[in-house]
This record gives sequence, C-alpha cells and structure tokens, in this order.
Amino acid sequence: MSTPQPPMPQAAAPNWQAAAPGSPYPTYTSPIPVVRTHLGHAISSEWTKIRSVRSTMWTLGVFVLLVVGIGLLVAALVSSNAGESDLAGENPLSFGVFGLLLGSMCIITLGVLTTASEYGTGMIRTTMTACPTRGRVLAAKAIVFFAVAFTVTFVSALLVAMADVALLDGAREPTGGEWLKGTLGISLYIALLGLISLVVGSIIRHSAGAITIMIGLVLAPLVIALFMFSSALEDVRQALFDYSIPNQLGAFYSNSLSNSGPTGWDPLWIALGVTAAAFAGAVALLQKRDV
Amino acid sequence: MIEAVGLTKRYGDKTAVYNLSFQVRPGAVTGFLGPNGSGKSTTMRMILGLDNPTAGQVTIGGYPYPKLPNAPRQVGALLDAKAVHGGRSARSHLLCLAQLSGIPARRVDEVLGVVGLQEVARKRSKGFSLGMGQRLGIAAALLGDPQVLLFDEPVNGLDPEGILWVRNLMKALAAEGRTVFVSSHLMSEMAVTADHLIVIGRGQLLADMSVKDFISANSADFARVRTPDTEPQLREKLSSALSEAGGHVLPEQDGALRITGLPLPRISDIAHDADVRLWELSPHQASLEEAYMRMTQGAVDYRSTIDQKAGLQQPLPPGAQPPVPVPGQGQPDWYAPPPPQQGGQPFTMPQGQPGPYGGAGQPPAGPYGAPGAPGADRPNPYAQSAPGAPQAPHGQPAAPAAPSDLTKPEDAR
Repeated sequence: MSTPQPPMPQAAAPNWQAAAPGSPYPTYTSPIPVVRTHLGHAISSEWTKIRSVRSTMWTLGVFVLLVVGIGLLVAALVSSNAGESDLAGENPLSFGVFGLLLGSMCIITLGVLTTASEYGTGMIRTTMTACPTRGRVLAAKAIVFFAVAFTVTFVSALLVAMADVALLDGAREPTGGEWLKGTLGISLYIALLGLISLVVGSIIRHSAGAITIMIGLVLAPLVIALFMFSSALEDVRQALFDYSIPNQLGAFYSNSLSNSGPTGWDPLWIALGVTAAAFAGAVALLQKRDV
Repeated sequence: MIEAVGLTKRYGDKTAVYNLSFQVRPGAVTGFLGPNGSGKSTTMRMILGLDNPTAGQVTIGGYPYPKLPNAPRQVGALLDAKAVHGGRSARSHLLCLAQLSGIPARRVDEVLGVVGLQEVARKRSKGFSLGMGQRLGIAAALLGDPQVLLFDEPVNGLDPEGILWVRNLMKALAAEGRTVFVSSHLMSEMAVTADHLIVIGRGQLLADMSVKDFISANSADFARVRTPDTEPQLREKLSSALSEAGGHVLPEQDGALRITGLPLPRISDIAHDADVRLWELSPHQASLEEAYMRMTQGAVDYRSTIDQKAGLQQPLPPGAQPPVPVPGQGQPDWYAPPPPQQGGQPFTMPQGQPGPYGGAGQPPAGPYGAPGAPGADRPNPYAQSAPGAPQAPHGQPAAPAAPSDLTKPEDAR
C-alpha cells in the first residue's frame, strides 16, 4: 500500500511467520503492531455495531414509550378510579406489569435482530472472517445485548415503580424484597427473554422467522390454555397457565393466575436455565454449520 | 502463501469442489478463473474458514484460517460487496471490524482515504452504488494491512477509473511481497493484472500455470498472409509452396491466408523464393480470453441459447425479406482444441455433445476459419414460419456470406 504509515513501535514478529524460516518467497510485514485478540475486542466491536444501527434506537425507544407510557397511564387510571379501601393490602408495583408485557415484544425484536440481521444482510460473513472464533462473536453479542436490554428495562421499570408508589396512596408500602423483585428481578427476566431471542435468531438465522417463534412462545401457551375446556386436559391447562411467560412475569409481583405456578425468584432461574441450554445449542450449531 | 491439498466440498449430493490442490505464492497476483458455478466462491469461502471442507484442507502460512492468531491481520478478503449491514455507515462498519482485531481507529480513516470514500464515510451504506460498495469491501480487506489478500470479482461495478485503480492496487500489493489471489470473469483485466493463473471447471483444477504459458498452451498462434487481391493465382502458388514446406494453410473469408506451423521469417523466405508479393504478413497471438474459452468450454454449466420466439412470430408477408439476425446472440461456437504440435493437451471434460473437431491428436482439420460470427452459421430462426424446426448441429462450415470482420475472435486483444 502506498499510504505512508505513521511510525509505530515494531511489535515482535508474530510467531506464525517464523513457521517458515528461510522461506524462498518475499514476505510483507505490516508496520501496525499485531495484537492478540480476546473477548474484549469482540465486545467493543459489538457495542459499535449495536449503537450504529437505527433499529436499536427504534426498538428501545418504542420499548421505553410502552413501558413508561402504559405504566403511568395505568397508575393515573387506578388512582383516580380506586375507592378508599380498594387498594388496601395491594402491592403498588404490580401495576407495572402491563407495560412490561407489551414492551417485551420490543426487546425480543431487538434480540433477534442483533444476530439474525447479520444473516439477512450477509454481514455475518464479514464478521466471521474478521473473527473466526465464532463462539466469541456470539458471546460478545450476548453480553452487549444483555447489558443494553437490562439497563434500559431496569431504568424504565424503576421509573414506573416509583410513579406507582407515589400515585397510589391507598396501597401498602412495598417491602424491600418486593422492590428488588419488581424492578431488578423483572428487568433481569425480560433481558433474559431478549437473550433467548438473540440465541434463537442465531439458530434460525432469519429475522421474521425468529421473531414469530418468540412471540408465539410468549403468547401461545396462555391462549391455548384459555380454550382447554375439557376436564381431561385440566393438568395440561394448568401447566400452560403456570409456566406461560405473562404468568411468570406476574410472579415477580406475587399476583399469579394460579397458586401452583412458579413463585418468588423461580421464573428467573427457569429463564436462566433455558437461556444457558439454548446458548450451548447455538454455539454448537455455529461451530458446525457453514456461515 | 495459500496452500490447498485435496480440497473437496459437497453440498448434499452436489460436489462443488473436488480434490483441488494448489499453491498461491507471495509476490505475485494470482488469477482464479472458472465459469459460473465452477466452485471459485466456495473455494474462497473454504480458504477463509467460512465453509468447512468435506475433505482435504487449506492453510494460510501453514495454519488453517480459524487457527491463525488475529486472522484479519494476516488475511484480508473481499468476498461479497453486499456483505454489510445497509443501515450502518461506512465508517461504523469499518470501525467495528477494526475493533474486532485490535486495529487502531485511525487506520479506518486511512483506508477510507485509500479507497476514496471519505466524503461518504458517515452515510449509510444502503444508499451506496455497486462500485461504492465494492470500494467499501476493498477497504475492509485492506484494514488489517494483511500479508494475504483475497478478492472475489473486485472490479464488479467499478467505473473505468476504479478498474485501473484496482489493477494498480493489486500489482502494488503483490510488489510489496504480499500474496494476492483474485477471481474475475474479465479476461482482458486478468491478462494485464495477473502473473499466474489457477483455472477450475466443475470444481476441479484445469490449469495452474503462468499467464504466458496458459495462453500458449491453450491457443494457436498464427500468421496472417495476404497476397495481392488482383492476382488470385499468386495466392494459390504461395499456398502450395507453404504446404510443401510443412505449414498448415487455411483460407480466410476475406482472401487472406492463416498459416500455422511456420515462423514468420520462413514464410517471408518462401514467398520470396516463389516470387510472390505480399500485402500483409502479420503475427497473431491469441488472447487470454480465447485461451480461457478453449480450456473451459467443456466445463460451462450455464450456456445461453438463441431466443427462438417459437410460435410467437407473425407469418412473413409474401416476398418480404426475413430480418437478418443480430450477431452475438447465443454464445460463440465451439472453440477448436489447440493443435497437437503446440504441446497443449486440450482439457477434455465430460461433454454433453462431441466436439466437431474430434479429440487431440488429429490434425486440426481446418478449425481456425470456423469459429465464425456467433450465430452466423446457424439457420436464421426468424426465417422459419413453422416453429420447432430442428436446429443445425454446431460447427457447420461458416456460411460464405458471413461478414468477414466478425470471424476473428482471436484478434480481440
């Protein structure tokens, strides 16, 4: 190349070039020092990627709008309509669930797009050429996405929770545990839901397909269970209700559809287990398949 | 140095690349040629570790690509100019690639300058033209200042200035001691850019030699001789004298003679001895394009045919002349194999149709007058009022009325 290079400290010759000592062919050595790459490089690269596309701003913008907008709307509606004793003993944080349920669709979309859009555009070939350690790319994507999704969800959920506590005078004061579950817990859960979407996007490699699968996963069990009238299906119906994602979201506020489903922090452990299994599967597929 | 050993790739029951072994050396531009679907891109993808070979292996500097420490610093590749996220700006695209391999961010601005995209660095690449996308892809390949460079069709969509730039860039990169491996379908471009050629067809190696050797092994150089048009008997006289001296003489349609097997000074001497005046005595060397066509003709998977418009034509009014077909429709006819005395063993692929000139070893029975204008020796499809008339086989003698200036694909250079 004819561009003059700024003088830089000459790094030690990379050992791979020393593999052929006395090679009869001329070789070129770049003046730019060669560094050994690690996960940190991949993370900074993925951070550049996620903040340089508009879809991130759009999905997260709509997410904040839905969570905060619906959260405040519900709080205002409840505080104006509720009578003196209607809210007695209620956890005021639980009114944040509606906005988060709708908003999770945005996180799912962003999660899928983080991986699947690279397949749609062909960018994945450039990425995998630039980093042949494929698992590292997926790990970096997962870390960056999870951090972004968790931060945005946590801030939005915290905002709504504080508004709920301030506006709903009749309700009881939430305990420290309830605060933790209603903000930190549910934010981790929704970020994990997005992470599963990211992994599904990497497995399916098609944006629309992966988003459809994830939305189906969130809504289908509940909808199907609603139409299971036969008593022979009672157990299935109960399991579908208990483990449907809207019900698991409700568990963070201790207001489930049933008493038999997951309680406390259980939904988080379930999501963590599913994510870990899906991630392992996605890494295995990534290594095996051609890009 | 890229080294492939027994490289094979199967997709289901389709074999894309079979038992490919070659070396790409530093310090030279190596061209990678082959018809559409011959496995060039698959081979490049295997070199870059994107596809896993079914058998065999390919190494760069002794390492398989995924095992290279900081691969983008050793190998730069332009595979597909559209392999970018269209919503990302050119600069962000290069920046994320630079960060991935620990390249300082100011290198991004350097390569943007090298490919001439500074003006649009902050524009989203969705709006880029094909040529701009190509420049962005080249920038990504140069980003790591690597020792090995792979380019798949780098001049696709570039303007003439850009083509010249890429040509000089390749040569400059090779002159610095880098390995440059470039695939292209533009033979005229390859002829002036590449030093060495690797040719594949249907996934198998057809040739691995220098451009000069490739042309001489796969084509026949000949001399064109023209005697005065006013005295036809001189032509006959020279023709027989040259044949006696061991040359192959083929009449051309415009009255000239094509001579193979005799050097130019000898032809001049013979003409002088026979007391024949000459109006022209010129050497003709085949182009890379012709040599390539000869070699790969049996390995072409996708071949176009003449648009017959069968059954769609109005019957001609009585007495009307059928329109003359436009030359250039369909693909050119069968190229003759090189003559055996040139030492070139023509590559014989499993062929759907036998070559009209037989295999190697037979004397070249008048092949060099035959290529003809594309489509000129076929029946005029527009003259048929009844559809479905059988088409004449390939390689019929050229119609005498064929315009002579279209009969010399060898002179294309």
